Amino acid sequence: MLSIKNINKTYHSEEGDEVLALSDINLEMKNKEFVCFIGPSGCGKTTLLRIIAGLETPDSGTITIHGEPIKGPGPDRGMVFQEYSLFPWRTVLKNITFSLEMKKVPKGQREDIARQHLELVGLSKFADSYPHELSGGMKQRVAIARALVNDPNVLLMDEPFGAVDAQTRNRLQQELLKIWERDKKTLLFITHSVDEAVYLADRVVVFTSRPGRIKEIFKIDLPRPRDRTSVDANMYRESLLSSLGAEIKNAID
Amino acid sequence: MDIGQGLRKRTLELTSIATAIVIWEIVARIINIKYILPSFTSVVSAFIGLVQEGELYRDALTSLNYFVIGIGLAILVGIPIGTLMGWFKSIDRAVDPIIEMIRPIPPLAWITFAIIWFGLTKYAAGFVIFIGAVFPIIINTYTGFKNTPRVLVESGKVLGCVRNIDIIYRIALPSALPAIATGIRVGMGVGWMCVVAAEFFAVSTYGLGWKIWHWNNLHHMDIVLTYMLVLGMIAFMIDRLFRYLVEEWWLKWQSGVVV
Repeated sequence: MLSIKNINKTYHSEEGDEVLALSDINLEMKNKEFVCFIGPSGCGKTTLLRIIAGLETPDSGTITIHGEPIKGPGPDRGMVFQEYSLFPWRTVLKNITFSLEMKKVPKGQREDIARQHLELVGLSKFADSYPHELSGGMKQRVAIARALVNDPNVLLMDEPFGAVDAQTRNRLQQELLKIWERDKKTLLFITHSVDEAVYLADRVVVFTSRPGRIKEIFKIDLPRPRDRTSVDANMYRESLLSSLGAEIKNAID
Repeated sequence: MDIGQGLRKRTLELTSIATAIVIWEIVARIINIKYILPSFTSVVSAFIGLVQEGELYRDALTSLNYFVIGIGLAILVGIPIGTLMGWFKSIDRAVDPIIEMIRPIPPLAWITFAIIWFGLTKYAAGFVIFIGAVFPIIINTYTGFKNTPRVLVESGKVLGCVRNIDIIYRIALPSALPAIATGIRVGMGVGWMCVVAAEFFAVSTYGLGWKIWHWNNLHHMDIVLTYMLVLGMIAFMIDRLFRYLVEEWWLKWQSGVVV
């Protein structure tokens, strides 16, 4: 359903240097699939996600969703950013209703929809709080609710749990899986954590260091709910780590 | 919290003010020349007299009238200019050199033209105040828009807010509001200084600034000092009121002190 074909992207610095960020990326994603991107820092995985979101344009290649090429940001794709991205001047509820306002959904209706999604992430009590009153994990949960409220086909997540502590992170991963299993979105998730990738994904895409190419794709054939400490999970972790380790070494050298 | 308790918490501050007043009174009595330094007590009795005659009230209203004209215009002009400059790079490049040429001119240098253009009216005074207040508002609005976090703009785009006008109104403007509030606050400070100067040029026979000049010519320095203190008090109250409005209403979403 999401089809990435021959994507290339080069950045031009002000001094005129060219940096090849993405080179010949091809990937087919099935409907309702959970795919993780993993790779060394600066390998272009965020750039690819931003291209899919419509925030950047590739130099060449096409991305289609259900056969429709991407031309810019659109309601069929939701995105959760790595940084905290809630609008600080809006309450939690008003953050979630934002995209519905843009679609001109009537007020009562959009607040009902927003409340349902707030309940989904377990934050109903905080509907009238402002973002600065929330913890980091809560902010990202609201951001997820805000991205889901449009009912997108694809949910793009750029290291959404990178800045929260380990315990909260585990809980957020479980909640995300619950939402994903309920709503069955196609989910694209960037992470730096091999553990996170093995726990969450149907498939894990490993990127090479700059220029970003797809190095290897691992299919995680484990039933859910997964056991983080099982022998099988460890095996996947090991093969992912060794694939990734070579790339990180390259990136540092 | 009752008033007594509130005052007790402010013992140090109140002692400090009381000490300053006592020293003032003693020094004034030692010098004993009203023209050089009127005593505190003479200023208090001058103040009471002015209040009873209703003079002070009328003067304050006159000055505030100029102030509102000037600041109101500065807000109406400054925020749109700052917005356009902060958001559109080409407008910034086109307008910035002009602003940077006019901005360093002290507002009081405009008084002659203000009178030529507007006559000896409240609009002449308002214009000088406008000149003083508009640049801090433009520059802070500009900075506020320039510093709109990229992630908020991109969040907006992903959520369906893609037209420039929508991004400005729904994302950049609210994000810039704290900076705009700071600009207005600074602008009001400069504007109030301009009130006094503008009134020296006899745009009216009322007004706090004009009365300083007037009573100075009559050598009533206790009244001059009274008007000076009233000018300070009103500026203080305007600033406090503005801060209260900003913190309680306008920017309630921000944590802690805003401006």
